[in-house]
Amino acid sequence: MFVLIVGGGKVGLNTARQLLQLGHEIALVEQRKTRYDLIADLLGEDALVFGDGTEIWVLEKAGIGRADLVVAVTGDDEDNIIISQVATLKFGVPKVVARVNNPFNQPTFDLLGVENTVCATTAMLNLIMHELPTHKFVHLLSLKREQVELVELEVGENSPFAHTYVQDIALPEGVVLAAIVRAGHALVARGSTEILPGDYVLCLLPPGAERDLIQVFLPEEEPERVQLESELDTSEG
Amino acid sequence: MHVLIVGCGRVGSGLARDLVAQGFEASILDESPEAFHLLGDDFPGDFVVGRALDWAVLREAGIERADAFVACTDGDNTNIVIAQIAQKKYGIRCVVARVYDPLRAELFAQVGINTVCPTRDVRVSLFDAVRACQVPLPDQEG
Repeated sequence: MFVLIVGGGKVGLNTARQLLQLGHEIALVEQRKTRYDLIADLLGEDALVFGDGTEIWVLEKAGIGRADLVVAVTGDDEDNIIISQVATLKFGVPKVVARVNNPFNQPTFDLLGVENTVCATTAMLNLIMHELPTHKFVHLLSLKREQVELVELEVGENSPFAHTYVQDIALPEGVVLAAIVRAGHALVARGSTEILPGDYVLCLLPPGAERDLIQVFLPEEEPERVQLESELDTSEG
Repeated sequence: MHVLIVGCGRVGSGLARDLVAQGFEASILDESPEAFHLLGDDFPGDFVVGRALDWAVLREAGIERADAFVACTDGDNTNIVIAQIAQKKYGIRCVVARVYDPLRAELFAQVGINTVCPTRDVRVSLFDAVRACQVPLPDQEG
């Protein structure tokens, strides 16, 4: 596979090295001269292009026309959005992955059709939330293109579903109760499985069903994670 | 008629004053509080300081009541991105973005953003200025 990486910071450089090790062909675009020289020492100059990766001619020089995948990982969110849009709109690149530097910009990536995004800050925040015992609702994974999310909920003593069988729970539209984590081990959720206080329930759900699910599972509280999300969600709704 | 201008440089500030002089209502947004000085002391519109990519800042600057939106920061990519936010998120029909790079200006014009490309316009003006001198072409000489 030929992968074009735009941005030779830590993320871009390590992505390039990893892909080379796996036997893929890469090109890497970097516009800072000192950084370019450093990468040239490590990877050689063959796969390197010096220039502004948001310029169409620079992308052409790097071979975007035949790229199977473009990875936009500069430190600038505007630039990553434009690289993604140029790759898709002008060159019909089949797959694009973009880095979100500031989680506040996530809604803009979503709005402008940049589907495959990775935000280190959000990922780390989710992991931290997962480790904090006080958070009863944790967002584990989002697959944007596939339109599915994986979340974890803690079943408290007061939860309406403590001591209930999976088959008796009226889940919101589209939500699948996939597994139950009990004492550190995951059990596949079957209709006849009884949910106990202290269990963690893993659910698959379509984007947007989060609130409905929380209302069903944790009606008595509005967890921290949700407040965080609404801060990040800069839409007026 | 309310116009929101993002980018209070020489162009943005001058445009804001022109619009106000013509009876428009204008507000202007810039990252730098210093930029305000370019507007002059008597500018009647709002001046908001903040990052243009932040939707909350755009709302503070009045994007929800804007009839027109002009993106003229010094960054082409910022202008293209915020023009799309104005169009797609806030449904503003009159959205104009300054894009210096002719290639990006053309590409994003094709997908429905009204781009103004100073580089291309100046090239045309300079060409016309040379032609206006009526310097003869080589085969017309002599």
